[in-house]
Amino acid sequence: MRDVAVIGAGMMKWGELWDKSIRDLCVEAALNCFDDAGTDRVDAITIGSMSSGLFTAQEHIASLVADYLGKKYAPAMRVESACASGGLAVRTAFLEVASGMSDFALAIGVEKMSDVGGGDATFALATAADQEYEAFHGVTFPGLYAMMARAHMDRYGTTREQLAEVAIKNHRNGSKNPHAQFPFPITREQVMQSVMIADPLRLLDCSPITDGAAAVLLAPLEEARKIGKNQPIVITGIGNATDTIQLAQRDDMLRMGAVETAARRALEMAGKTIQDINFAEVHDCFTIAEILVAEALGVVEEGQGGPATLSGHTAIGGPFPINPSGGLKSKGHPVGATGVAQICEVAAQLRGEAGERQIQGAQVGLAQNMGGSGGSCVVHILEVK
Amino acid sequence: MHVPRHWREIPRRYRMEASKCSGCKKILFPGRLICPECGSREFETIRLSGKGKLETFTITRVAPEGYTDQVPYAVAIVALDEGVRVMGQIADCDPEALKIGDRLATQFRRVIEQGKTGIIQYGYKFVPDLGL
Repeated sequence: MRDVAVIGAGMMKWGELWDKSIRDLCVEAALNCFDDAGTDRVDAITIGSMSSGLFTAQEHIASLVADYLGKKYAPAMRVESACASGGLAVRTAFLEVASGMSDFALAIGVEKMSDVGGGDATFALATAADQEYEAFHGVTFPGLYAMMARAHMDRYGTTREQLAEVAIKNHRNGSKNPHAQFPFPITREQVMQSVMIADPLRLLDCSPITDGAAAVLLAPLEEARKIGKNQPIVITGIGNATDTIQLAQRDDMLRMGAVETAARRALEMAGKTIQDINFAEVHDCFTIAEILVAEALGVVEEGQGGPATLSGHTAIGGPFPINPSGGLKSKGHPVGATGVAQICEVAAQLRGEAGERQIQGAQVGLAQNMGGSGGSCVVHILEVK
Repeated sequence: MHVPRHWREIPRRYRMEASKCSGCKKILFPGRLICPECGSREFETIRLSGKGKLETFTITRVAPEGYTDQVPYAVAIVALDEGVRVMGQIADCDPEALKIGDRLATQFRRVIEQGKTGIIQYGYKFVPDLGL
């Protein structure tokens, strides 16, 4: 396989963007990506979107976006793995380049979520759960993660304050991210007094409904060096894994098997251990998710995700910063876009272009994107080369 | 929802039918065509007792469409005595008083009505096991 570099990254301001359609979002992020890369050469396009059909009634978006991007006739496809669709789009683009099939592969992640009301958005998101054995019983995604949170509190003594600290930390980081949907800090009191959604999770434990897209352009490392505009950031490890999508069918609902497996595969491919990683962007769709993922990645011992967060272990400036971008919580979570945006943030950090939220001396970063309650996961490891 | 989608689930929802693997004896709910443990494709149909222990739960305050008239309601993962974990609502209880480890049993209940003209879907819900 060829070495594959991220030669361009395109973010945009996320939020409730009433004036922008799904095609506008994709094209804006992709154009920002071309400007960053210094080239608009594209040999293949992959788009990650969880449910453009349910959110916007528009399928067939790969061709639509290729056309509106001025790339009519380019090969294009959409990939789906619930909220891990973006990570999967990057992996698919990586394979295009690594295999030699394409030289310049554009990965776009997108979700346009505000074209439907809250009830329809909740329904669309719940399709990532088992329809007959989870959704049928009236459970929601906050409810699934709430069940994990309660079990974690019961088994390990994790506290409400520790859960809240995930949201507080991520909002503190996101307050320094101009692309974030909610770029402001929040207090513990605000989290603890926010409305209860699914006990023990409150509104400010949950990532929001967001419109947004993100894009990265991948190319062989030698092409990246030829263009020479940006510091090449090489994808040295990729892991993708699945697990039961039904939470009740896991051997242990507090062990995220897809995350553990995807991370192990990515680390093995990169020839690294978790100790070699300087920071991570992880899938904090709910506060408990960041704690579970930190444990599954091996950043902290099993059961220690809560205390580690409260002690500042995962803060910028701590031993292992997590979600310097603000994470899904503050930056927003347009589900299909999240996995691509994580790659944008890791690349920005590794290039030293993350501004006020820069992690000093970052050389190796990890992005962890997952679907549903952990039924799929994609992990990328990126390095400065 | 079209009727067949609910109809085909009736053996699981009304009778809690599960599959017992003829190879490794693992019990699968719902049943599958291939055992994820041993790869066997031979199964015996059994019925689950519906009795078990509360492993974790949440109290749903913001419900999906079709369930909003039931809030607040508890949804749980229950470890049945046969060694199978099942998700379901807990009815006939004060959700605030539930504790992990509580004994529960299933009953046949109405789960969701699809508006005024849609089908009424029944299935199992858990209730506190009073040993009756």
